[in-house]
Amino acid sequence: MANGRRSVAQMKPGEVAIISELEDDILSVKLMEMGCLPGATIRFNFSAPLGDPVCISVSGYELSLRLEEASTISILN
Amino acid sequence: MQEKQLKIALVGNPNSGKSSLFNILTGLNQKTGNFPGVTVEKRTGFSKMPDQTTAQFIDLPGIYSLYPRSLDEQIVSEILLHHKSPDCPDVVVVIVDATNLKRSLLLVTQIIDLGLPTVLAMNMMDLVAKAGISFNLIALSEKLGIPVVPINARTGMGVDQLKKVLSQEVSPSTKVIFPVFDEAKSGVEELRNELGIDNNYEAYQFLQQPTSLSFLKAQERIFIDQVKEKHKFFPGKFHGAETVQRYGFIQNLLDEVTLEPANENRTSQSTRFDKILTHRIWGYAIFFGVLFLIFQSIFAWATVPMDFIDGLFASLSNYLNDVLPEGPLTSMLAQGVVPGLGGIAIFIPQIAILFAFISILEESGYMSRVVFLMDKIMRKFGLNGKSVVPLISGVACAIPAIMATRTIDNWKERTITILVTPLMSCSARLPVFTILIALIVPDKMVWHFFNLQGLALMGLYLLGFAAALISAIIIKLLINVNERSYLIMELPTYRWPKWSNVGYTIVDKTKAFVFEAGKIILAIAVVLWVLASYGPGDHMERAEEYVLQESENLRLTEQGLEDRVAAYKLEHSYAGILGKSIEPVIRPLGYDWKIGIALVTSFAAREVFVGTMATIYSIGSEEDQTTIKSRMRAEINPDTGGPRYTPAVGFSLLVFYTFAMQCMSTIAVVYRETKGWKWPMIQLVYMTMLAYVSAFIVFQSFS
Ligand SMILES: Nc1nc2c(ncn2[C@@H]2O[C@H](COP(=O)(O)OP(=O)(O)OP(=O)(O)O)[C@@H](O)[C@H]2O)c(=O)[nH]1
Ligand SMILES: [Mg+2]
Repeated sequence: MANGRRSVAQMKPGEVAIISELEDDILSVKLMEMGCLPGATIRFNFSAPLGDPVCISVSGYELSLRLEEASTISILN
Repeated sequence: MQEKQLKIALVGNPNSGKSSLFNILTGLNQKTGNFPGVTVEKRTGFSKMPDQTTAQFIDLPGIYSLYPRSLDEQIVSEILLHHKSPDCPDVVVVIVDATNLKRSLLLVTQIIDLGLPTVLAMNMMDLVAKAGISFNLIALSEKLGIPVVPINARTGMGVDQLKKVLSQEVSPSTKVIFPVFDEAKSGVEELRNELGIDNNYEAYQFLQQPTSLSFLKAQERIFIDQVKEKHKFFPGKFHGAETVQRYGFIQNLLDEVTLEPANENRTSQSTRFDKILTHRIWGYAIFFGVLFLIFQSIFAWATVPMDFIDGLFASLSNYLNDVLPEGPLTSMLAQGVVPGLGGIAIFIPQIAILFAFISILEESGYMSRVVFLMDKIMRKFGLNGKSVVPLISGVACAIPAIMATRTIDNWKERTITILVTPLMSCSARLPVFTILIALIVPDKMVWHFFNLQGLALMGLYLLGFAAALISAIIIKLLINVNERSYLIMELPTYRWPKWSNVGYTIVDKTKAFVFEAGKIILAIAVVLWVLASYGPGDHMERAEEYVLQESENLRLTEQGLEDRVAAYKLEHSYAGILGKSIEPVIRPLGYDWKIGIALVTSFAAREVFVGTMATIYSIGSEEDQTTIKSRMRAEINPDTGGPRYTPAVGFSLLVFYTFAMQCMSTIAVVYRETKGWKWPMIQLVYMTMLAYVSAFIVFQSFS
């Protein structure tokens, strides 16, 4: 993308990245409680057969998210 | 004087082992399972403490934080935040999955800040050892200011130590992990003074989320709003900032107490399973394979024990008839009660198999993957991936299934799930299905592998499922609410089921089915027998005369005469009159007044169908006490001279029972869960209409 912003929704299986920002105010509190904090390492494990939802590893456990939610998590890598 | 009983709440993240610990402590059999959100309501039990007093333990739904997201979580926040309530626990045991300490500690730090006496139970220590992690528990205890006890809630290891700690005086931690934000200080101060709250963080929570705490009185809410206004405290960004601050503390803490970090083996093994189980093709293939296996085994494996039970009850009936003196009581026992009970007992094997499979799905961790696989599809129908859990457990029984919808945080998706769950074929439909299928579908193998009756059964379950999905779409279009929907769900690691749990579930549920159904069936069998044996006027006493008059020209054998008398009696009994009065309504579906009697009695509980059939068809036929099935097969339709249960009638009945809401308990639980009569009534009317119209179409197109 032009501005270079990437989100978890664009990651490929096996890819590792650092969370840079949570973009959605309402979702961010839920995500942070589940351990998705800015600065945390995140690994994209796999997506469901229909592409949505996806499974990531964060804070030492596995979490599933919908693509819509994953796209609010910006990453650095 | 009676000593004060210690009240201890078990709190923790979903799936951390609270219910397992509760079961070990109290000896009860609270349901456990390897997916988040098994427990959805509070349950209490008692345990003897080392000092010989009895303590009360409270098992609660799992929460990730004190800020609730769904109904089940709200229950817990309210118990922990309402310090003045008599339900407020004396001690809180926070159970954490020690293999997943970081996320679990968020809740621990929140509870410590509430100022309640707290004990930390580090659970799953067996898995911690396997993963090669080690912690300095003494340092952890010092940093948090609370006792820390390692346990294994599966085996009970460490539970005695936990009890010992609990029976000593536990005092609140002196540490404050999150001092409330400066912006909130003055507001918190005022709330504390005015409402008499004794803890900063509790008062802070009242400021943060008054709307999700239903125990606050209206004037308290108004007061809180005024305080917020006055001190210019507007929650919003604060919640996130609090979480970040707490995680900062947790990261430092973990760095200090972790001696040996996890090797990645455990999760990578789960990921390897997931490669297959959530694979694009294999994922669905395996899911449908599992479902298919369940239905095949219900028919294939259960026949031997079923035939045995069937024979047993038939001979019991015969035996009673032989040994007991002849009279109304004997015939009630032999023709009403025993066949009615036999009609239920025969399904024990099938129900046991069904519960065994469901329990294994829940215990292994596969259930969450089904949610994961189905979410996208379910959303198209206005449901949520999490709706899969109620829908699948609805195959066992709609009542716990409807309660399981509490974990769905979106109101619309939850309501739709509640409305369509009873369309899933529950175990009470199994007896009805089995008997009718056996009557009209030949017991043949197709392609040497598939049992035709098993396929027919699976077809009926799919029909129920399809009806649930289609109804969901319709309701989705009718309910006009747009609320954001989420699926942020933990995927637990796969574990071997604890086989004793599976065993308990089978025994427990089967027993409940037999006794619950047994009670209703017994009561209805007695009432029905009376209704079928007595009637108005003198038709009953003088039945033989009437029959002789009617059939003067026929040369009847003795047996033929007896049968006619019996039929005449039933027709003129109260039950017969009842059936006849609804006959005009059900005739278009292919049913006669005898089936009508069964429809009326099944209104309260559908499994009564079989018992009713048993009673109706055995009244009068004193001679051979054969089984219900053969009696139904021998029944003749006087209009056609052919068998009563033609495929058209059989399929029409099957479809009717698939769709109809014949279960009082479901209506009651929907009333409770939706807090009103609106939805249960809509559901009742909708399902009855659906059943009637579909049965009509089936009968008319088959005949
Ligand atoms: N290996 C191992 N498994 C455990 C231990 N404690 C619990 N489990 C398993 O973890 C799963 C979850 O346990 P539950 O007791 O249902 O958890 P819960 O906290 O009540 O879960 P919710 O009711 O969903 O909030 C079950 O499959 C248990 O058998 C333990 O110490 N070791
Ligand atoms: Mg539980």
